[in-house]
Amino acid sequence: MQTAAKAPRPKGSLWTDPKARAWVFQLVAILVVVALGWFLYSNTMINLEKRGITTGFAFLNNTAGFGIAQHLIEYTETDSYGRVFLIGLLNTLLVSVIGIVMATLLGFTLGIARLAPNWLVSRLATVYIEIFRNIPPLLQILFWYFAVMLSLPGPRQSLGVFDNFYLNSRGLYVPAPSVSDTFGLFLGALAVSIVAIIVLGRWAKLRREATGQIFPVALSAIGILLLVPGIAVIVAGSPLDWTTPKLTGFNFTDGWVLIPELIALTLALTMYTAAFIAEIVRAGIQSVSHGQTEAASSLGLPPGRTLHLVVIPQALRVIIPPLTSQYLNLAKNSSLAAAIGYPEMVSLFAGTVLNQTGQAIEVIAITMSVYLAISISISMLMNWYNKRIALIER
Amino acid sequence: MQTHHFKPDLPPPRQSIGPAAWLRANLFSSWFNGLLTVVALYLIWLIVPPLVQWAFLDADWLGETRADCTSDGACWVFIKQRFGQFMYGFYPTELRWRVDLTVVLAILGAAPLFISAMPRKALYGIVFLLVYPLVAYWLLHGGMGLEVVRTSQWGGLMLTLVIAAVGIAGALPLGIALALGRRSDMPAIRVICVTFIEFWRGVPLITVLFMSSVMLPLFLPEGMSFDKLIRALIGVILFQSAYIAEVVRGGLQAIPKGQYEAAEAMGLGYWRVMGLVILPQALKMVIPGIVNTFISLFKDTSLVIIIGLFDLLNSIKQATTDPAWLGMATEGYVFAALVFWIFCFGMSRYSMHLERKLDTSHKH
Repeated sequence: MQTAAKAPRPKGSLWTDPKARAWVFQLVAILVVVALGWFLYSNTMINLEKRGITTGFAFLNNTAGFGIAQHLIEYTETDSYGRVFLIGLLNTLLVSVIGIVMATLLGFTLGIARLAPNWLVSRLATVYIEIFRNIPPLLQILFWYFAVMLSLPGPRQSLGVFDNFYLNSRGLYVPAPSVSDTFGLFLGALAVSIVAIIVLGRWAKLRREATGQIFPVALSAIGILLLVPGIAVIVAGSPLDWTTPKLTGFNFTDGWVLIPELIALTLALTMYTAAFIAEIVRAGIQSVSHGQTEAASSLGLPPGRTLHLVVIPQALRVIIPPLTSQYLNLAKNSSLAAAIGYPEMVSLFAGTVLNQTGQAIEVIAITMSVYLAISISISMLMNWYNKRIALIER
Repeated sequence: MQTHHFKPDLPPPRQSIGPAAWLRANLFSSWFNGLLTVVALYLIWLIVPPLVQWAFLDADWLGETRADCTSDGACWVFIKQRFGQFMYGFYPTELRWRVDLTVVLAILGAAPLFISAMPRKALYGIVFLLVYPLVAYWLLHGGMGLEVVRTSQWGGLMLTLVIAAVGIAGALPLGIALALGRRSDMPAIRVICVTFIEFWRGVPLITVLFMSSVMLPLFLPEGMSFDKLIRALIGVILFQSAYIAEVVRGGLQAIPKGQYEAAEAMGLGYWRVMGLVILPQALKMVIPGIVNTFISLFKDTSLVIIIGLFDLLNSIKQATTDPAWLGMATEGYVFAALVFWIFCFGMSRYSMHLERKLDTSHKH
């Protein structure tokens, strides 16, 4: 047996010692980064002083003095820049959430359609995917906004659907819901049915483990959800009052309006991202080998159960990580709204507020940290979900 | 002696061959499939005939001005009239041959790289990558005997291609360095690289462009200023290098540990291990990923519209606001979409082809 004799180090070898070199190298790298940071910082300070710009976040309390086309919370022109920031943030989140939900629905549909045995359907899905993922999202936004939304007829020639929805160049007018007297009853019925479904699920699981018999839980759940609140609505009347938009003079009053910028943006982002999600879904489903399906059938599982218990859980493991990055992309792409003036973070805050106050560094820093925060929270959420469904290997 | 005569083969059953059987198998295998087929046909009928009608049958192709567009369909006269502007921006008309020459040189110069049998391809590639940018800069920008065309006059598809090409050429080396740094054993280097990569990946390109156009002048000493295009390019390169770094990291991680160990056992130092053993394998593996990154970079170049550069999309957007050609937004954007689509689709096909070619696994 050989003892690991330490090789005698040649003399004057500090330079050839990997450990020492690593220390030197890291020290140099840190010094370079610090020096670069200092260089930028001192330049900035000198430049700011020369231009007479005061630094700090005090400007957030100043009066904004401009109107905003869409605000989810109360806003008047006398409100502060801080409130403008909040409105921009909420509008960004609104577009991101709507976009993510719609892109997921469309993307999964397209991804499954692409694998459908129906030749025509799968070809149509392929054509859609190849067209929309190869056109820049900004171009799609501009197209929907300038070529479609703004060339719609004016309010007086609106395209009306069922006398409730009106589409014109100023946006989509929809009936506005408001809570009526029977809303509490409806909520109660909803709560009762949810409790009933949970109890039913528990019972069905116990019965399955005891007798091996399967109870159609999903189907009964849908039935309960439709039936109980449905009866409440029939007995007590609608839980919501709807105010339909009406044409008075040259514009619509009452009802809610979805501004054209919002419609163009969500349409473009949904259609663009859906093409990518479809490819991810396809790859995920294809990654589950055919042997798995065959094994499930040979165990006697019916096709629906095979899909639910064998294929989807395994496909999701492949789908979730790239799906997360698509969600992140969508949230980041919502900043392209600056090109059509939808009042979200970038156009409202990094655009208008920056121009009015000249506080470039603070404004850009705030904007970037918002996106970093959104990115980090979506990835953390998805990592948590991914960990939950990840394969537990032996 | 009796000879046995085979009877002639029977034709295959009608049920399993021919168009009728194909229809049955692919379109009407069940009632649900039949329903889907009908819905799909209805969709096609809803979209395709009006589109063909608008883009071809009813379209106006000939003429000079808006008045020549008399029919209901697309007015391609607009595109034809403004084609030069869409391709070259405000580049002086009499100097446009220089742009053309740059493109021709790029194609001729890069062509040998796509011939698999060419000897000394790597050497040629390096020489080309070193020499061509200088030539291209000289031709496009001028100086040394050529009339100077300032970058504010660059525009159209040419600017889009310049941003994309410079972006990828700058981002690739930086991205490889970052990927190596992220996989380094030295904690300080790793932290610096991870922070850099995650920061740029977490923010949208548009805020990066905003930053480079508003904040860069503040960051630099007095008197040192770049023109708008260079500032945009710096933003694009920094942003894109983070994405390239992640793609390259994927390749580095896919190299088996034995390769590192074997190379070190041969007595190679870090740079030799990386340069001679690891990177050649890793980079080859991630070429499709790099092409995909390039496709997204190419699409992202359209964002320079935000800081007021006149790339292809912005040229078209400007042209549609021309009072002489009002109402041409659809034609303009459809044309832009077509140009972008041709480039991106072509590259994505190329990337798929490479993936197949470089795939040395024995799955098939």
